Amino acid sequence: MSSLIRTPFYERQAALGARFVDFGGFELPVQYKAGLVAEHKAVRERVGLFDVSHMGEIDVRGPDAVAAVNALITNDLEAIADGQALYTCMCQPDGGVVDDLVVYRYSREHVFICCNASNRAKDFAWITTHLEGATAEDQGDRWAQLALQGPQAPALLQGLTATPLAPIKRYWFTEGEVAGVPAIISRTGYTGEDGFEIYVPAERAGEVWDALFAADPALQPVGLGARDTLRLEMKFALYGNDIDATTSPLEAGLAWVVKLKKADFIGKSALEAQKAAGIPRHLVAFLMDGRAPARAGYPVLDASGTIVVGKVTSGGPSPTLGRNIGVALVAAGHHAVGATIQVEIRGEAAAATIVKAPFIQPS
Amino acid sequence: MNPTNLRYTKEHEWARLEADGTATIGITQHAQDALGDIVFASLPKVGATLKAGEGFGAVESVKSVSDLFAPCSGRVVEVNSALVKAPEIINSAPYGDGWICRIELADASELDGLMDAEAYAAFVAAEAH
Repeated sequence: MSSLIRTPFYERQAALGARFVDFGGFELPVQYKAGLVAEHKAVRERVGLFDVSHMGEIDVRGPDAVAAVNALITNDLEAIADGQALYTCMCQPDGGVVDDLVVYRYSREHVFICCNASNRAKDFAWITTHLEGATAEDQGDRWAQLALQGPQAPALLQGLTATPLAPIKRYWFTEGEVAGVPAIISRTGYTGEDGFEIYVPAERAGEVWDALFAADPALQPVGLGARDTLRLEMKFALYGNDIDATTSPLEAGLAWVVKLKKADFIGKSALEAQKAAGIPRHLVAFLMDGRAPARAGYPVLDASGTIVVGKVTSGGPSPTLGRNIGVALVAAGHHAVGATIQVEIRGEAAAATIVKAPFIQPS
Repeated sequence: MNPTNLRYTKEHEWARLEADGTATIGITQHAQDALGDIVFASLPKVGATLKAGEGFGAVESVKSVSDLFAPCSGRVVEVNSALVKAPEIINSAPYGDGWICRIELADASELDGLMDAEAYAAFVAAEAH
């Protein structure tokens, strides 16, 4: 067994009673003493702090880094300004998703990419192989990353930085200092709440963690468990569950990040063909009627419970709704909002209704 | 502390021999703690036949599903229906009101093959390393 990577916050997390799990080769808190539900609610109602240092960072430089990266992604970097970030997919030639990314546009010559932990090595290899006219550097080990999320996140962070946060709108970013540590301050997140993702040099990351807790002793540290329930309530895709190399962004309901009118990019012709021929499967949100939670991997049947039409890709109880929710990849024709499906749970059919995402309206 | 009048399995279930010869089954303090807030219990049906070591239901936290494995064989004579609406009782009283079901034992000697409280405590401690 290879040893797990610890982030710069490991000792601080252990001191807060974290229970650790292996996530993509990293030893990360799944929950703290408060427990998953309390952590979830703290983010929805107040503010929570996540260690997301496992995420990968890839720095791209070149005379036209924007065009170079744009040729690898489905969304359009030419459509945003310097200082803005973009959620996007990066696809294979057949339209399958290599990864979903947040791409930061510093300038025409400089683009910074945040990718999933489990895809770090794969993405860097993919990008270096396909990138033309620019060079990529894997900076995954250089950065620690914290996500400060929840309605009180702006006020808390503002107390620790001279950078005015109000002008940083959703999906914009800037460089500044947090608690005296140089940082990228990005108004992004994976919870649906207002908040920031803060990139800091790994060797000084502990100072930022300590300053945040000193500024707000009631700040709730949040583990991967609540990170998953928070993103599920928003139907934010999780790579490896809801999307992977066998699903296209169009199937995943991510057509809004696929810009078929922009210049050529890897996967464009396959996605155009899929759109023209009809999207074969759809990633839908569903609400269970009963008490038994649906989980990833469970079969999905049609309303009569006779034909398998897909499978659950993510599912579980929603702490906000007190109901069981989920996401499923189902065959076209079985994906209409309002339609009934049956989820097979331990051999028994349990009824669910397809609903419009997100499941909740964040504050 | 794990009660000394119970027998324990490596899958973290317990069984208690009752005066009428039936056995009550539940999950251990360690199991409920590892699982966290329990939000659902999938219970066997009265009349179902359990076979030692085989799955017969599940308990679920928000995050995960934990299958239940029968500590001993027999026929289910009663299930704890309070768990349908309040599965969190398993967290608060795993050895008391949070019991799962009661079975008519097929072979009472099966219980002798399970761990006592001391052996189970040692097993849990060893598993943590």
